[in-house]
Amino acid sequence: MSSANTLTRITPKNITDQEFFYGHKACAGCGGSLAVRLALKVLGERTYAAFPAGCMAAVGFIYPQMAFTNNAIITTFPGVASMASGIAVGAKALGIQNFKTVAFAGDGGTADIGLQALSGMIDRGDDVLYICYDNEAYMNTGIQKSGLTPFGTQTTTTPAGKNIHGSKTQKKNLFEIIAAHDIPYAATASIGYPQDYIDKVQKAAQVKGPAFIHVYASCPTGWGTPTETSVEIAKEAVDCGLFFLAEYENGDYRLTRNPKQFASVADYLKKQGRFKHLSDADIASIEAHRDHKWERMRRMWNHQ
Amino acid sequence: MSKKREFISGDEAVAIGVKLSRPHVIAAYPITPQTITVERLSEMVERGELNAEYMHVESEHSAISAAMGASAVGARTFTASSSQGLLYMTEGLHYASGGRFPVVMMNANRSVALPWSIYGDQRDSLSLLDSGWIQVYVEDAQEALDMMIQAFRIAEHPDVLTPMMVNLDGFILTHTYEIVEIPEQSQVDAFLPPFQTPNKMCFNNPKNMGFSSQPNDNTEFKYQQNLAVLNAVKVLEQADTDFATMFGRKYNGMVDEYQSADAEVLLVTLGSVTGTVRDVVDEMRAEGHKVGVIKIRYMRPFPEEQLQSLTAKAKAIGVLEKDISFGYEGTVYTNVNSALAKVGNTVPKLNFVGGLGGRDISKADIRNMFLKLQRVAAGEAYKTVDFFNLNVETNE
Amino acid sequence: MSRPVKQNFIRPSHIEGFPVGPQFTAGHLADTNAGWRTFRPVVNHDTCIYCLRCYLVCPDGTIFKDNGKIAVDYDYCKGCGVCAHECPKNAIEMVKEQL
Ligand SMILES: Cc1ncc(C[n+]2csc(CCOP(=O)(O)OP(=O)(O)O)c2C)c(N)n1
Ligand code: SF4
Ligand code: SF4
Ligand code: SF4
Ligand SMILES: [Mg+2]
Repeated sequence: MSSANTLTRITPKNITDQEFFYGHKACAGCGGSLAVRLALKVLGERTYAAFPAGCMAAVGFIYPQMAFTNNAIITTFPGVASMASGIAVGAKALGIQNFKTVAFAGDGGTADIGLQALSGMIDRGDDVLYICYDNEAYMNTGIQKSGLTPFGTQTTTTPAGKNIHGSKTQKKNLFEIIAAHDIPYAATASIGYPQDYIDKVQKAAQVKGPAFIHVYASCPTGWGTPTETSVEIAKEAVDCGLFFLAEYENGDYRLTRNPKQFASVADYLKKQGRFKHLSDADIASIEAHRDHKWERMRRMWNHQ
Repeated sequence: MSKKREFISGDEAVAIGVKLSRPHVIAAYPITPQTITVERLSEMVERGELNAEYMHVESEHSAISAAMGASAVGARTFTASSSQGLLYMTEGLHYASGGRFPVVMMNANRSVALPWSIYGDQRDSLSLLDSGWIQVYVEDAQEALDMMIQAFRIAEHPDVLTPMMVNLDGFILTHTYEIVEIPEQSQVDAFLPPFQTPNKMCFNNPKNMGFSSQPNDNTEFKYQQNLAVLNAVKVLEQADTDFATMFGRKYNGMVDEYQSADAEVLLVTLGSVTGTVRDVVDEMRAEGHKVGVIKIRYMRPFPEEQLQSLTAKAKAIGVLEKDISFGYEGTVYTNVNSALAKVGNTVPKLNFVGGLGGRDISKADIRNMFLKLQRVAAGEAYKTVDFFNLNVETNE
Repeated sequence: MSRPVKQNFIRPSHIEGFPVGPQFTAGHLADTNAGWRTFRPVVNHDTCIYCLRCYLVCPDGTIFKDNGKIAVDYDYCKGCGVCAHECPKNAIEMVKEQL
């Protein structure tokens, strides 16, 4: 029944040669730009793309350098979901057919300032695919803490010193906040698992209505990692269990990756400048939090 | 053919004007005293009289944001708000004018908290004069309906492409019932063609919109925006003329006046209070006082030249407004005074500040203003700002 | 054309040449990114097995398929090294740019 079953899987072999995000000014090795690039290649040219203030907006539209070859627009920082809704609804009202509207927002633009508009968009059932590229801080303004900055992260507003070891709060549970709206489709992904991400974008694009993908997207500049390891570090986040790959569909949660054994959290953290200061006790508490989360997910959610 | 008339409130008149303008998308969030407008529009959509998408946005910020999104693909869009809601939109108001999205909005003028008050004054929209929107203030329900239709034509004009706010006084206009003539749809269609713009996202000619510009280019975009609002002068005057030809009602463009030609003292007004002032002018004229009134309709673009010539013969001028920029004077006054200063008009100019938070402005208040202007014209000392209807004694 | 190329952009000298508001032709590139690079990726076609991993993971999309071979658009490659790092055959070498 579902058209998703009859779809040809998009892979590097058959994906369109067309590039839709090109000549942009993102830092070398920017994970967010990879997330945007791949999603737009899956969605194709009949796509309206909306970006709130944030790195992708800042690097993609500097007159006269227009880095999107498809229709694209910068929105206000809190207003990407509502503007994307307006685009989708406006185009429908004009009788335009066979198109997709996608919103790409950072962790701050999604989990903090844009959450209200996103909630409204899902509630209305607007036909928009919303992709949050999560680089775990407000990067465009110079690496400040957001609601998705994990515990212990050094940012410019959560400095690590003798008294406080970086961010004191845990990452908001964005995926479940979104799923709790009874959204038709939500998923998490990582640019470290690009084929899985492509699959999820392809699936989400079939939804007539709101869909959501939370994609983990490294930021060498903000994380203090070498530019060439951007894809690897985003994979390691999943392998050590600090990020998880999952789907929410028809009311059910499912882990799409359930590692038998986690890779070392310490190894993952120690590769990044933003976590250098963490003590063994800090790392142990991060692991404990991870284990608690996974215990609950494995107990409550479907998985192999 | 007999003309169709209905006994309706200002809010309902707005809803009918919007319906006749055939918007594609309506995105609005309820706030007193705008609510009746959005309720009526929702009913029109439900009944199928209005073929538009009504978006139930979760805030005013999203209302203007969604309206801009729809406008960016070429849809005709409407929103409505008031007071706290209008201010909550502020980021989007600047964004809409900078993005050249010709969204049309109805604003029910209402006091701004704190203290809370749902009643009328004009501090909400006047605090947003710099947001780049065309602003018109109407005097009655008929004008409210008619201006909705004109607003789309003005805002969407290729020389303008600027959003437009139609302001009507909360409760005094929004909730007062009047007999209103309802235009024929066919005539409205002839007056207001469908929205067409090359500056939209489309698949034949994809665009990147809402971009950033470097210091080397930014001023040019702002220059252009200023030009667009100035261009609106001709466009709105033409719309007024064409509207009069088609529907038989003329509003005299940027300003209207009553008995101003030989007036020795003049009141300058904005919005519904003008009706009361006209009555007082009639009464005082009957007693032999040479008084008159000038009604500002558009605050942006501003009727600078009209004000300069219409006030040229007066010996004292009062600006009556429901606004105060704390620590200075009312914003309407600042604008009027600046226009008159440019032509060296040095007669006394007073600023009557009142009607805040819904306080009534009575005929007696207005008569006192004219009498005071007469005394000042004759040489009595005065202070510029006069909080004329305080209910307490002060140390002044 | 699967990728945009640099245009010869001349800044308008009259205000009427400016776009009406902030909207402009999609994919209009006035500038390259080549100057950002300190290392350039060089593909060894003898060892490359055309698995397309590098094409998949390039954040800038500057790796393309050129008649069954991997090619790089050096106008826009920033030299991040992701392609070389991810290549399972070590078929991409990051070579220092000559200044
Ligand atoms: C209303 C508003 N508040 C603050 C800002 C400043 N601002 C612009 S981008 C940004 C951070 C964006 O962070 P995120 O959404 O995570 O995207 P990233 O830059 O990391 O890609 C902030 C705080 C703004 N543009 N608008
Ligand atoms: S700061 Fe980070 S997210 Fe922003 S462009 Fe650079 S690498 Fe990308
Ligand atoms: S990743 Fe290496 S082997 Fe695979 S296509 Fe690229 S260069 Fe060839
Ligand atoms: S070095 Fe970076 S930008 Fe250049 S081709 Fe390789 S991955 Fe792409
Ligand atoms: Mg971020």
